[in-house]
Amino acid sequence: MKKLLIGNEALARGFYEGGIGVVSSYPGTPSTEITEYLSTYRDIYSEWAPNEKVAAEVAFGASLGGKRSVCAMKHVGLNVAADPVFTMSYTGVNAGMVLCTADDPAMHSSQNEQDSRHYAIAAKLPMLEPADSGEAYAMAKASFALSEQFDTLFMIRMTTRIAHSQSIVEIGEREEVADKEYKKQPEKYIMMPAYAKRKHPVVEERTKALTAYAETCPFNRVEDGADHSLGIITSGTCYQYVKEVFGDTVPVLKLGMVNPLPPQMIRDFAEKVDRLVVVEELDGIIESFVQSLGLPVEGKNLFSPIGEYSQSIVARAFGKADTPALAPVEGVPGRPPMMCAGCPHRGIYYILAKHKITVIGDIGCYTLGAQPPLNAVDSVLCMGASVSGLHGFNKARGAEAERKSVAVIGDSTFMHSGITGLVDIAYNQSNSTVIILDNSITGMTGHQQNPTTGMDIHGDPSGKIDLEALCHAIGIRRVAVVDPYDLAACEKVLKEELAAEEPSVIISRRPCVLLKSVKKLPSLRVDADACRGCKACMGLGCPAISFRDKKAVIDETLCVGCGVCRQKCAFGAIG
Amino acid sequence: MSTTSIMIVGVGGQGSLLASKLLGRVLTAENYDVKVSEVHGMSQRGGSVVTYVRFGDKVYSPIVDAGEADFIISFEKLEAARYISNLKIGGKIIVNSQQIDPMPVITGAASYPAEVLTTLREMGAEVQEMDALTLAMEAGSPKAVNIVLMGRLARYLGIPAEKWIAAIETTVAPAFVELNKKAFALGYND
Repeated sequence: MKKLLIGNEALARGFYEGGIGVVSSYPGTPSTEITEYLSTYRDIYSEWAPNEKVAAEVAFGASLGGKRSVCAMKHVGLNVAADPVFTMSYTGVNAGMVLCTADDPAMHSSQNEQDSRHYAIAAKLPMLEPADSGEAYAMAKASFALSEQFDTLFMIRMTTRIAHSQSIVEIGEREEVADKEYKKQPEKYIMMPAYAKRKHPVVEERTKALTAYAETCPFNRVEDGADHSLGIITSGTCYQYVKEVFGDTVPVLKLGMVNPLPPQMIRDFAEKVDRLVVVEELDGIIESFVQSLGLPVEGKNLFSPIGEYSQSIVARAFGKADTPALAPVEGVPGRPPMMCAGCPHRGIYYILAKHKITVIGDIGCYTLGAQPPLNAVDSVLCMGASVSGLHGFNKARGAEAERKSVAVIGDSTFMHSGITGLVDIAYNQSNSTVIILDNSITGMTGHQQNPTTGMDIHGDPSGKIDLEALCHAIGIRRVAVVDPYDLAACEKVLKEELAAEEPSVIISRRPCVLLKSVKKLPSLRVDADACRGCKACMGLGCPAISFRDKKAVIDETLCVGCGVCRQKCAFGAIG
Repeated sequence: MSTTSIMIVGVGGQGSLLASKLLGRVLTAENYDVKVSEVHGMSQRGGSVVTYVRFGDKVYSPIVDAGEADFIISFEKLEAARYISNLKIGGKIIVNSQQIDPMPVITGAASYPAEVLTTLREMGAEVQEMDALTLAMEAGSPKAVNIVLMGRLARYLGIPAEKWIAAIETTVAPAFVELNKKAFALGYND
């Protein structure tokens, strides 16, 4: 059956047909849909784990237990999962196991632009990279058997453009795979020095076997062309741009297995062409490998290591003329993403900005508090870094900073890696104030459940972590809960907790306004006669409020009646 | 046939994802090779969103680059201006006459350009303005702007309206099928 699928759904379908039994992941754009689609197959076990390290370990445990398993994450999630992944390279697998990592060239929704292929090289793990949904499906389906054949975790690298582009896939049927027997094998699964020393040579031998496999792997292929004055080596989405520009005119070596690379295949290809160019987004990894073979090659002399490519970027690099186009219009204001109308994060950020508090921020929708007009955030590094970062900041700057600084972290991010930072605060006693923005969902990635929501990946009732009890158990005595729609209450609690001479946690609790379960209130209106045009309400940065003819106006299609702006109006004009 | 390229641009939350889903289904049912590319993640947060749709005998790139769009469907006027250089010389741009202020305009850091569609016409673009919001409300919901605009696009793609209607029936939730069929017809006939 032919279906139009995004790359992530194609992967899910391929894994399903390939006999997956267990998937454990933490959401992260652009990887989230892999696991969401897998969760629709109720004959397999699927879950959201609290973070990527846990997910990788759960998937490893499932492989050990005899079921084919997957964990999926965004590129920066692989940093979190790296610890188990590097040693899984030594243990190998029992049932097949695959790790999907989704890179984000151009940083559509990420904090850096790292190239996950470095991980495959560093951990000595095989990696596949599809160029469209059809290939994602085929690779996913084949990957478990390959993982078992070579006794290794397999990686599949996606990029945003492949993960979120739809193309046609011919889908098939699920292959029922018998569980593998579990046998106790200390020398294989216990990585302490005596055993690990024996495993490292096995890994090196495996890389040789995988290199030999790469030479004949069906995902690596040469597409010939009549004009041998140029030959292009490429992989992933870049293959599509190359074909868009050159069609079938020049020879193309299309690599679907990007680690290890096939030296003989590359040498043979190079021999047939006068000029050899590698087209790859981000780092020049294939190019460096070709250079290491002693072959003359071009790549990053023509292409940037920054951002996404496209057909016009490829065309330009080869000296072709640009497609004629209209000039861009000057002075079009940007349209950055922003906190939604009625977003529960807005109220607390407004109070933090009002008091000029230093805010060590974190990863989630609430990173948007850094944007104008609130400009409320000072630093954002990675998942969980707000809590531990605040502790370090306060240790560096002392009591004065402790009374003027907070960490801000979401419920899901706190579960992911904020807890350990809070343990550090409790243990090493900094007088730090941590604000947990509990909106009862993982918001930025599109509403996934997490350990604090009381629901599992299917939306069924599950275990529920009690944030207050957890903070108390860690040793935080002062835990306050506040409604972020109530500005006066937020201000009072913030003052109290900043003044307190001990660590404290403020839980700012209200569900995400986009949740279907949240009842929206009628839109508020501005009484134009009462409005003095003072713009106090505009300072909230609510997309429902604009300023026309010297008066504030509320867009009734956007307003959900949260009432935060009403509290800001000194003239009672909003009601 | 050569590849046809369409861009759907708008503001997060306006329903461009459903529009591209519908279009993708219609084109797949016609046995074209189809690629649809959208970058989401921040799309619910009121940011600028863009979807590329390409179809033909064989489609390679999922991206529509400068000067390549045969059609641009813009859900909002400012977004039409933002992506105008993607329009192929001689291509059509269909614009919903809605104005949604972006944050820099709300905060006063920038102003919404006046007469933006006139500017585009003066540059030589073939601009079709339509009040899709009013038609959507006539159909029964302001959220149907996306299907109204697809109705207008359908006039130019040479695929019979019945096929679009059939795709609407399998794409939207049952409760909204009639509303969206009406929205499609209003856009098609407007």
